[in-house]
Amino acid sequence: MFGWEFPPHISGGLGTACYGIVTGLLQQGVQVTFVVPKLYGGENRKAFRLVSASDVLVNTAVPVTQKWSERLQYIEAHSPLAPYAMLDPEETGHTEVKEMEQLTIADDKSRLKRFRMTGKYGNELMQEVHKYAVVASGIAGTYEYDVIHAHDWLTFPAGIAAKEASGKPFVAHIHATEYDRSGENVNQAVFDLEKEGMERADHIIAVSEYTRQIVIDKYGISPEKVSVVHNGITTKGTDSTRLSKGVQEKVVTFMGRITYQKGPEYFVRAARKVLDVVPDVRFVMAGGGDKMDAMIDLVAELKMSSRFHFTGFLNGPEVDEMYAISDVFVMPSVSEPFGIAPLEAIQANVPVIISKQSGVSEVLKNAIKVDFWDVDALADAIAALLQYNSLSGLFKENGKSDLKELNWKKSASGIEEVYQKLKSYVPEISQ
Amino acid sequence: MSAICFYFQVHQPFRLRPYRFFDVGRSHNYFDEDMNSSIIKKVAEKCYLPANELLYDLLTHYKGDFKVSFSISGTALDQFEKYAPEVLASFQKLVDTSHVELLAETYAHSLASVASKKEFRTQVRQHVKKIYSTFGQHPKVFRNTELIYNDAIAHQVAEMGFKGMLTEGADRVLAYKSPNYVYRAHPASDFGVLLKNYKLSDDIAFRFSDQSWSQWPLSVDKYIQWLNRLPKQHQVVNLFMDYETFGEHQWADSGIFRFLQELPAHVFSSSDYAFIHPSEALESFEPIDILSVPETISWADEARDLSAWLGNNLQKDAFDSLYKLRKKIRKCDDQEILRDWQYLQASDHFYYMSTKDFADGQVHKYFSPYPSPYLAFINYMNVLSDFEIRLSRHLQTRARSIKHNQLIKKLIRDERLSTEKVPVKIREVI
Repeated sequence: MFGWEFPPHISGGLGTACYGIVTGLLQQGVQVTFVVPKLYGGENRKAFRLVSASDVLVNTAVPVTQKWSERLQYIEAHSPLAPYAMLDPEETGHTEVKEMEQLTIADDKSRLKRFRMTGKYGNELMQEVHKYAVVASGIAGTYEYDVIHAHDWLTFPAGIAAKEASGKPFVAHIHATEYDRSGENVNQAVFDLEKEGMERADHIIAVSEYTRQIVIDKYGISPEKVSVVHNGITTKGTDSTRLSKGVQEKVVTFMGRITYQKGPEYFVRAARKVLDVVPDVRFVMAGGGDKMDAMIDLVAELKMSSRFHFTGFLNGPEVDEMYAISDVFVMPSVSEPFGIAPLEAIQANVPVIISKQSGVSEVLKNAIKVDFWDVDALADAIAALLQYNSLSGLFKENGKSDLKELNWKKSASGIEEVYQKLKSYVPEISQ
Repeated sequence: MSAICFYFQVHQPFRLRPYRFFDVGRSHNYFDEDMNSSIIKKVAEKCYLPANELLYDLLTHYKGDFKVSFSISGTALDQFEKYAPEVLASFQKLVDTSHVELLAETYAHSLASVASKKEFRTQVRQHVKKIYSTFGQHPKVFRNTELIYNDAIAHQVAEMGFKGMLTEGADRVLAYKSPNYVYRAHPASDFGVLLKNYKLSDDIAFRFSDQSWSQWPLSVDKYIQWLNRLPKQHQVVNLFMDYETFGEHQWADSGIFRFLQELPAHVFSSSDYAFIHPSEALESFEPIDILSVPETISWADEARDLSAWLGNNLQKDAFDSLYKLRKKIRKCDDQEILRDWQYLQASDHFYYMSTKDFADGQVHKYFSPYPSPYLAFINYMNVLSDFEIRLSRHLQTRARSIKHNQLIKKLIRDERLSTEKVPVKIREVI
């Protein structure tokens, strides 16, 4: 299995989801080898192999590896150094330029190399994605396995390379697409890698029906090749020591990266409408992102800075604290393949409002759903949850029952079904 | 005979600590003790102490022929008391020479003059009281925060009993008039206005160590030549600047201290200029004209207006959110809350939120403890949110205790009445 990040070194939901999937598969009795670009230490590993691609010695003389090395050289020569714009500034800019280590073994003509990567989202992301693929082609021959499973575009070249080297079936798992992240202004290079991965994959797993439709419509993939496996949620021990709130008013929370994809502007505009009728409420926008300054400007322009707060980037315990002091949770995403945050909110006893343009709306019955652009409907929903305790109480109680249906074990059995099907196809595919 | 009027501004704000949303309602510590004390100590060492010593020698040596004036904000004085008492003592020693005039301003170097008349008056009164208790001097002349000025403010300051006020010799109010005269405020009254000669002031304050400046290096002789070139009938050249110019904005190795040290001797030997205090200038020179300033001016940035503090939506919203509390504040009697109310009004907090680019932006950045105006804004609003909660809680408790006291008084009175009545009844029965 190829992934770009693994807890605790994560920048978003991808690492968390990978962790959930691995845990679920292990419970199903599936053996997993998980490859990341670089290990930092402290990763949660139990009963499975975690491989740091930066530490693997790769023989570049093997034809498939040679092919991918050439592709890497091409990318290194032609890709502009540019940060990948859709990720948090906190998470980017860490790229350390490390020299490629080269070990030449005297009596052998084979050239053994190590490819160092940062595993971050810095300026050399495209190069790293391809380095990772070179290493993957080498790893493909090292371990015993039946299926190759890669998570999102960053690891698709690796998935393809491993498939070419081993002839084993390749599953592309779509957690998010470039359409979700950037709307219509897609990054062509990323889109191309996504499409290539989807086309070369033997099967595709989408995290929701919503995402499955994007895969079919925007990437032209045949529908029968795409299955839906919803994400799960890791149950946390409910913390009874609820922190006393610093503020008396009810708190309405937006939490996540403040980017185009997450629809922060609709939250701000709805807040203004709510404050016009319910003055004793506070809005919090928790997180960081490239739209944060613009949102601060908008809040000031709408003259509600004394009731609308920004926290900046939150760490783990602060995220929990934020849920604990929230009375309503809003996820107005413009396009959300799944969306794990509302599930965490429900787990923390907070009623949620989610956009219809999200995968999670397919599995949450007990949530208010609005179109992301419908600011009036969003404002109405917030006001209703604030003012009618019976309503918010009902959502709190029943939301929990939705959660029972969502666990990683269930997701894993969906994934295993896909594996089983593929295993039987193997002879055909490898021809 | 013409005169030179030296005026130095001394101000330090109480800078805020990083204050997160999670602190709101939980922590009432707003100010960064470490940062504030280290800045005060640093500036004291580089500027206040050496500059005061130099001035003390000059003032005593020339026995009153050399004179300077200062305004020192209340927040600067509070921080000297707290972090560097030796600075306070050295200013007191300076004032005790009786060759120093102290001017009045708002206690916290605030923007109250453009927010609320009542608030403005209260804060000026607080500053005057502080100056009197610290230095035994009663200011006669007023200088507003960053020389902010308009006709309405002048009128209000006149009503408070001041003789006159300092402001910027901004081109757009002066047009072709010279700043080197005393003017009357509009509408005509006895209230005088002294205008900063920004060219000659900024040659010292901004350009002194600028090696790309065509006049660098600036010698005392050259500066005296410039002064001597001014027409003889000019009354007063107002050199207004931050006191931190000496040793902090312009470092000691630029020769700024030597410039200041040599200036008086050269003025006396090679020119007809005398030195003068603002109140003297207003008394001894006949105003040449009425100065009408309908729109607010200041000494900040190229624009010389309020845009450094109230130029964008962040600043305006923060400003409105702050002054919305003024009515509640009037009912408050908690000394700590009232103190924080002052400190939160320092214009600096708004200055840090400026999103201006280019040359002005650089100046803003130099003075700001924040990496971005947006973070300055978030931090300030978090603090202000807590302040609002704290104020409301205090007023609720206060209202409750007043009610409680009234109730107790009523009960006691009722009881007394009934005990007084009882014997009467008994007598009646008898």
